Amino acid sequence: MKMANTLRSAARALRRNKMRSFLTMLGIIIGVAAVIAMLALGQGAEYSVKQQISALGTNVLIIFPGSQQQGTVRFGAGSVTTLTEDDARAITEECPAVAYVSPGSRAGGQVVAGNLNWGTIVEGTGADYLFIRQWAVEYGEFYTEPDVKAAAKVCVLGGTVADALFPDATPVGQTIRIRNVPVKVIGVLARKGQNAMGMDQDDVILAPYTTVLRRMSHFPYLRQILVSAVSTEAIPEAQRQVTELLRQRHKITPWAEDDFTIRNQADIVATATETTKILTVLLAGIASVSLFVGGIGIMNIMLVSVTERTREIGIRMAVGARGTDILAQFLVEALALSLIGGLLGIGLGLAGSSLITNLAQWPTIITPLSVALSFGFAFVVGIFFGFYPARKAANLNPIEALRYE
Amino acid sequence: MDPIPAADSPLIRIEGLVKTYSLGEVEVPALRGLSLEVQRGEFVAIMGASGSGKSTFMNLLGCLDVPSRGSYHLEGVDVGRLSRDQLARIRNRRIGFVFQGFNLLSRTSALENVELPLLYDTVSNAERHRRAAAALERVGLGDRMRHYPNQLSGGQQQRVAIARALVNDPSIVLADEPTGNLDSRTSVEILGLFQQLNAQGITVILVTHEPDIAQFAGRHIVFRDGRIRSDRANPSPRRAAEVLADMPESEDEEEAA
Ligand SMILES: Nc1ncnc2c1ncn2[C@@H]1O[C@H](COP(=O)(O)OP(=O)(O)OP(=O)(O)O)[C@@H](O)[C@H]1O
Ligand SMILES: [Mg+2]
Repeated sequence: MKMANTLRSAARALRRNKMRSFLTMLGIIIGVAAVIAMLALGQGAEYSVKQQISALGTNVLIIFPGSQQQGTVRFGAGSVTTLTEDDARAITEECPAVAYVSPGSRAGGQVVAGNLNWGTIVEGTGADYLFIRQWAVEYGEFYTEPDVKAAAKVCVLGGTVADALFPDATPVGQTIRIRNVPVKVIGVLARKGQNAMGMDQDDVILAPYTTVLRRMSHFPYLRQILVSAVSTEAIPEAQRQVTELLRQRHKITPWAEDDFTIRNQADIVATATETTKILTVLLAGIASVSLFVGGIGIMNIMLVSVTERTREIGIRMAVGARGTDILAQFLVEALALSLIGGLLGIGLGLAGSSLITNLAQWPTIITPLSVALSFGFAFVVGIFFGFYPARKAANLNPIEALRYE
Repeated sequence: MDPIPAADSPLIRIEGLVKTYSLGEVEVPALRGLSLEVQRGEFVAIMGASGSGKSTFMNLLGCLDVPSRGSYHLEGVDVGRLSRDQLARIRNRRIGFVFQGFNLLSRTSALENVELPLLYDTVSNAERHRRAAAALERVGLGDRMRHYPNQLSGGQQQRVAIARALVNDPSIVLADEPTGNLDSRTSVEILGLFQQLNAQGITVILVTHEPDIAQFAGRHIVFRDGRIRSDRANPSPRRAAEVLADMPESEDEEEAA
């Protein structure tokens, strides 16, 4: 039989049992929609993790104390304490490929302004921190090198902290208490908003790292050193110079391991996206189980349909239909169910993804590949689960089929 | 395979045809060795008691089933050596089948039912519509093409089935008790149709229980227990058109439905 006629007869057979066809498709619709939405979520997460890491600033290198551990970035360094202020100063002076250096320290705790208080993180930084992070001050000013040298009791508030502590007044010029240390607010940062994990990047207080070390955390070593290379091309050179300098300063013998770890942005992006990729695959894998179950639904209905239409098959065979004609007829019906279901599922998946973005504020990204992938999967499911019932129909004996009650 | 349908070979040549159904352990012999020939243009009526093997024989003739033993040559071709697909092709091109129970596709219009065999042939859509419409005209249903089977009387349904059987210009029409479900006037009308087809050169083989119906055929074959008991010519078949003219009008086709 000609393909166009096969298609027409399949369309008619499916229309004849509209409700049943729809319910059968529903399995595929939900499956495809779930796959698309999960891929969109995963890829959205991946994208915003990348974004967030890029938000660190371009050309950034982060130096952590502690030796390299395979495949992992040690954000929470504390046990190994080898980076000193002198190391940071030496990098500034002796590494020509390095543009800016910002030693880092950190303190957490309650911040009080008048009768309001707020729990947040105090990041200790150098004066050049904003250049490295490509961040800006919105009101007031940032602390300077002399402030850092003097461990001045000054700070700059993130937008969220400013709102929380000074809902009515202007923060600049006010004094707040961080761990009972009175600190003067000299500026408010421009807002950055949420990062990929939904963390508020404006919920932070910046202060000279010296202030944090000496007056708040009372800890002699640096948590990290943030460095930017003079250009993107200079990143490897900067990394090499810093490594050489620190090994020399730390008196590491040629065969011994570094007692510090340098991560560049590419490393961090790679590690983070690796994690989100696994997440994406996992989500999509779970979603595709429902697509598989939808396929079983198609097989079930097609088997019922073959049984119900045994006489029809017998009549068709009696007037000259070959086994392949019958096979094609039922396979096309199964495929039509799965492909129409697939198309509707794509629609539902797109709608669902934008709903997730709107309601939960999670970023979702739909790529043509994920649409093609899930639709292709629906096609394979249709062929796979449609084949057995179709073959069963095609192998019927015409006489037995005609006699079937 | 001998693909040359020699003009002088009989249309049907059957030798020692045996069909045995096996129901698990039990063997049911339905045909126990038949031999016969049918020439082009014959009108044959097959009769016999219930269970004597008539339907089994028709199914074999119609290439819907294969014999257990014996040979069947149709237009010189040994049907026993053909594949499933080749048998399908023969059913499609050479044979028209009419069943007692009509066997029309429900919820499918008369026209589309008649088009069905052409769907499995290489015929353009326009040609298919044209030929199906012509076949329906030929059986007197030109005004019922869009009707569904459940909107037609039994006689009309059987005429749709006959139109379907002729749409591919078959060389044989096989009819297994085509009038079994119809009243006598409608039965005669159907027989009239078969006589017309036969007059146009189509070989007709029909199974019937009713001697009245058999009277319209030119040859009578009687089956008993899977064998041929008698096979003789009917030198003066009745003419359906004449019989119909003598029948009372009250027994109208519409009422019979
Ligand atoms: N599918 C089958 N399986 C087993 N036995 C069968 C089958 N079909 C027919 N038979 C047997 O074969 C024999 C012949 O049956 P067939 O249908 O050919 O008879 P028939 O002459 O057409 O009878 P009727 O006039 O009642 O239609 C019967 O004994 C029947 O029981
Ligand atoms: Mg019978």
